[in-house]
Amino acid sequence: MHKSFGGHAALDGVSLAVAEGRVLVLLGRSGSGKTTALRTVNRMVDPDQGTVTVLGQDSTAWDPIALRRRIGYVIQEGGLLPHLDVGDNVALVPRLLGWDEERRRRRARELLDLVGLPPDRFEAQLPRQLSGGERQRVGLARALAADPPLLLMDEPFGALDPLTRRRMEDEFRALQERLRKTVVLVTHDVPEALRLGDEVAVMDGGRVLQHGPPGEIRDAPREGFVRDFVGAALS
Amino acid sequence: MSFFAFLAARRAELLALAAQHLVLVAASTAAAVAIGLPLGIAMTRLRRLARPLLAVAGLVQTIPSLALFGFLIPLPLLGGIGTRTALTALILYALLPILQNTYAGIAQVDRVVVEAATALGMTDGQRLRLVELPLALPVILAGVRIAAVVSVGTATIAAAIGAGGLGTYVFRGIATVDTRLILAGAIPAALMALAVDALLGAVERSRRPFRAAALLAASLVATLGLALFAARPARERAVVVGSKNFTEQVLLGEMVARLLESRGFAVERKLNLGGTNLCHQGLLSGELDVYVEYTGTALADILARPVPPDPARVLPEVRERYAALGLDVLDPLGFDNTYALVVRGDDAQRLPLRRISDLAPHAATLRVGLFGEFLERPDGMKGLLRTYGLRLGSPPSEMDLGLLYTALLDRQVDVVVGSATDGLIAARQLVVLEDDRHYFPPYDAVPITSRQAEERHPGLRAALATLAGRVDAATMRRLNYAVDGEHHDPPAVAADFLRAAGLTN
Repeated sequence: MHKSFGGHAALDGVSLAVAEGRVLVLLGRSGSGKTTALRTVNRMVDPDQGTVTVLGQDSTAWDPIALRRRIGYVIQEGGLLPHLDVGDNVALVPRLLGWDEERRRRRARELLDLVGLPPDRFEAQLPRQLSGGERQRVGLARALAADPPLLLMDEPFGALDPLTRRRMEDEFRALQERLRKTVVLVTHDVPEALRLGDEVAVMDGGRVLQHGPPGEIRDAPREGFVRDFVGAALS
Repeated sequence: MSFFAFLAARRAELLALAAQHLVLVAASTAAAVAIGLPLGIAMTRLRRLARPLLAVAGLVQTIPSLALFGFLIPLPLLGGIGTRTALTALILYALLPILQNTYAGIAQVDRVVVEAATALGMTDGQRLRLVELPLALPVILAGVRIAAVVSVGTATIAAAIGAGGLGTYVFRGIATVDTRLILAGAIPAALMALAVDALLGAVERSRRPFRAAALLAASLVATLGLALFAARPARERAVVVGSKNFTEQVLLGEMVARLLESRGFAVERKLNLGGTNLCHQGLLSGELDVYVEYTGTALADILARPVPPDPARVLPEVRERYAALGLDVLDPLGFDNTYALVVRGDDAQRLPLRRISDLAPHAATLRVGLFGEFLERPDGMKGLLRTYGLRLGSPPSEMDLGLLYTALLDRQVDVVVGSATDGLIAARQLVVLEDDRHYFPPYDAVPITSRQAEERHPGLRAALATLAGRVDAATMRRLNYAVDGEHHDPPAVAADFLRAAGLTN
């Protein structure tokens, strides 16, 4: 794929694939093109050249709205709607899909349980009453609400303190063991990438410099940027 | 009589005017929301629209309200004399805060939240309804509140074009130099502004602003519906009587109205209209059926014709030229309300001043007060200064007709341009300077009606003709003083006069 914004190439010949049930981590500094690459998946960005195949179909053949409702999306701080309570936030996509209220509520409670937030306590709270970690869990629950096969996560744990972050990463891994979603996750944090990814693609300047399992990135980083970046983070 | 007793005595009229005022404000604000909200939303979708639209709305806002009314009156559909023009102007004024706040309110919604909403698969409409509007609502409501409060103030000026409301008291009070009347209009208007501010403020702060706003809107629609239903005009069109906005005109308007009523006509009053041109346009457009004009004003001001040297030629010439416009000039009422340069009695003795030409040696030090129209009229200030060779030391102060004598008596000015029939002249030992060079044409008061009015209301002319020659200058001055000096109500003064003159019983 190629994509430029006002003459600046954000994606400069990126080609990636992720198999069903696997976690692909896009690792890089800000401006490396990793978020742009992620956003081509749910058509928040369409590439200038090249194609994206999502859920077995060329992305341009998808209606963007229908496509997005089949893809869970998690961003930093959760991106919760501040005027809706936790229950309504989690049940948002089911609401867009036209589920009846009873079914939505049942599903929201189920998911709050799943991410470790007791529904009786949290359901009626507003996002601003929650801690950062709790907000992040609500964001994850919301992304999973309509049981999408594919999950996009953009720096999902970026705003958390180190301890909470570590715990969330562990919980995410445990959850992924059970759910086996196909996940594309964007991060600038090398240890996080190595812990969470089944495979890791290191990006810089709109290109993928190295793509392989975490062990390969850690033990055999390619000469140049990848070695410097990974080395600096792990030393 | 105490102020409260004064208010109590006018309870019914005051309530009616307040209701009228509230309807003006509510209807215009509601319409401005109906226009401004979608437009503001459109601006957030098509950002290219935003700058030009906000610029236009801002420009409208800088037009003084009376000027805006002036622009609107000649327009078809939107204009005319009365409620329609007032509503149009109020809507235009209310648009800016609503547009601005809708646009800014939506633009300030956190980009991350909007992004998340899009990524979750919301359509544009869902994003607007579920995310942007709820989050922008407090800002939008603040815009509505500002618009409504400003409307309460601007709506007082709507009385100048016959739209009614509390401004009616303010203008009537200014015209008759009656502070109580001014306050009777101004205080309720101020209270209304505070109440509107508090009510909408409460909606803004409410925990469920959507529900509160919806509730308010629903009750507003219900009130408006009731008011419109109650205010439904009778099917049969009444004779519409107009007048300009000074005491004598209001008195003459009342006289004409009462005379017609006593002859069995249904009458609607549009008194206190803000200016000569407004009345004339009203007559031409058929919104007015009759008002009393002065021959000199008709010739020099409306027709823009030079004044013939022979004063006796003025009336026939006006009559002839008006006929070409489809207007009938009836026979004079019997007094000549010429312009009068008026000075305080003590100055007249001291300087001394008897004729206008006596002003020449003192012109550099005397301060002149006049109303704006006189500066612009062809038979106005410029020609007066030229004819008498006067060189003023300072430019004349412009003020409302009703404030002229207050300023003269308070020694804010030394000479005012009033009219010969002003009631305060005799009562306050003021002196009218003689027009020794015959600058001013005659200003005989004549009822003017239109041919279409006569067609609509057969017998109108004949009924009006009974007033011919019945009001001489002394009578007019006395009636004016009864209002300006003794603070009687114009309707009562007019009724007394008609009864005493045997015109009604």
